[in-house]
Amino acid sequence: MKRLTALLAFIMLAGSAMGARAETLIAAMSSHQIQINSNYTGSQLTVFGVVERDGRTAGRGDPYDIIVTVRGPKRMLLVREKERLGPIWINRTQRRFPDSSVFLSVSSNRPINEIMSEEMARRERIGLANADRPAESWGDFDVSTARFREGMIRILEGKGLYSHDGRGVTFLSNTLFSAPIEVPATAPTGSYAIDLVLYSGGVPLARQTTNFEVIKTGIEQRLASGAYDLPLLYGLATVLLALFFGWGASVVFRRD
Amino acid sequence: MQIYLPIAELPISVLMVLGLSGAVGFISGLFGVGGGFLLTPLLIFLDIPPAVAVATVAAQVAGSSMTGVLTYWRRKALDLKLGGVLVSGGILGTLLGVLFFNSMRRLGQLELVITLSYVTLFSIIGGLMLYDAVRAMLRARSGKPARLRRRAGTHPWWMGLPWRVRFHRSQLYCSIIPIAGIAIVIGFIGAVLGVGGGFILVPGLIYFFRIPTAVVVGTSLFQILMTMTGATVLHALTNQSVDIILAILLLIGGVIGAQFGGRAARNLNVESFRLLLALLILSVGLRFAVELFIRPNEPFSVVLPESAR
Repeated sequence: MKRLTALLAFIMLAGSAMGARAETLIAAMSSHQIQINSNYTGSQLTVFGVVERDGRTAGRGDPYDIIVTVRGPKRMLLVREKERLGPIWINRTQRRFPDSSVFLSVSSNRPINEIMSEEMARRERIGLANADRPAESWGDFDVSTARFREGMIRILEGKGLYSHDGRGVTFLSNTLFSAPIEVPATAPTGSYAIDLVLYSGGVPLARQTTNFEVIKTGIEQRLASGAYDLPLLYGLATVLLALFFGWGASVVFRRD
Repeated sequence: MQIYLPIAELPISVLMVLGLSGAVGFISGLFGVGGGFLLTPLLIFLDIPPAVAVATVAAQVAGSSMTGVLTYWRRKALDLKLGGVLVSGGILGTLLGVLFFNSMRRLGQLELVITLSYVTLFSIIGGLMLYDAVRAMLRARSGKPARLRRRAGTHPWWMGLPWRVRFHRSQLYCSIIPIAGIAIVIGFIGAVLGVGGGFILVPGLIYFFRIPTAVVVGTSLFQILMTMTGATVLHALTNQSVDIILAILLLIGGVIGAQFGGRAARNLNVESFRLLLALLILSVGLRFAVELFIRPNEPFSVVLPESAR
């Protein structure tokens, strides 16, 4: 709690020190690193932010809206669809989604469709379906790609890797807000980018980015790097351990 | 209690893995099969990446079969000569299998090949064994001899092929060609499906060569031990997918389970042994058939690439 207070105080100070033009957005993380150790079961971070206004900012008729998008490490994702061939179901078609985030989380202070139109969300790359789409492309090329993308999002949401929360951002005052970021244990290691955008009346006013990383530490890190750097030794050690276990059991349980 | 697996990159419940591997270990000790054909699909079902599941199960199977081999060795129910022939044939089959595996992967139909092979192989082998076991049981009940005894001087034609070798422990005098043949087939299937092949080898040796069941189980375990030891090192070397933490958990459960399975096997008569093994193999085949024939709830699947660490 003390840490939180200090963080908030820092944000306030940093905010007032900036010579801002209209609104600016200032953000800070509760931590910039998630460490994986042997009892890691996922983690939660909080991003804090403040909307900084200078004296000349005209009073706006519309309230502020904040959308926080977290994009995890990018990989090529392969999506397959099962289709009926005679009596059996097999994977017949597949789509590649290069440079897709393996982790994606979108949270806002109110549902995105209340903040902006669907068309605008596409242009602004807001929402699970739009976040990874190349900025210049207007939606998906065809209906079937869109279906594959929907399928992919559905599956990754089921795994907890994709999530959206229309009430995930909480305004603590008129200008101060916080948003929790839930990182499940299955989220990959690597660097995560956080984009914060401030809207008012559907118009983007200010942007801010920050980041955090997920890394393995301790024994987890040593085992993983051992498997990669010394594969032969690692393999022999594992198999010897296995044979030792087998031999040990036959000694321990020997009756005859 | 959860523990994070460094290579599979997810946390898993320790008790669940111990229970699972214990149960599979029991079956493996009971029937002299490696248990990989049960454990690998179960681990994949728990969200462990398939490559990690296959490679780590190889280590576990090596460990549990070590226990079995030592037990059967002490009971003099292990034919090293026969085992040697099986291992050499198995290596050749494995090489052919790896080539086939890679070419199917290039064609993008590996998953279908694996599922179809599981269904056909398990249904055929399980069905034949079930038919035979039930027939033997019925015959026993009606007072006739339970099994057609092998009479002196009569043997199936394949045993009379050239290069006949005497295998004392197995009470077998047989051409080396069909034995090497069956070993090649098992090596091939093992490489493609990621299983040890004990579930094919055990019935194969019993049915085609009439080798005593105890010797078959011991020798089959020896063959599995050799191939799985090699497979573990190869997997670690080529795709770094062996998870040592998961392997240890599987070993603890599997090794203890196998002990109890081995004990239980001694109190089980041959006919019910065959009936149970048939039902087990058939049910795994059915499980895969369901996947193939029933309309899936979720037609899409996402392949998460092996993470670049």
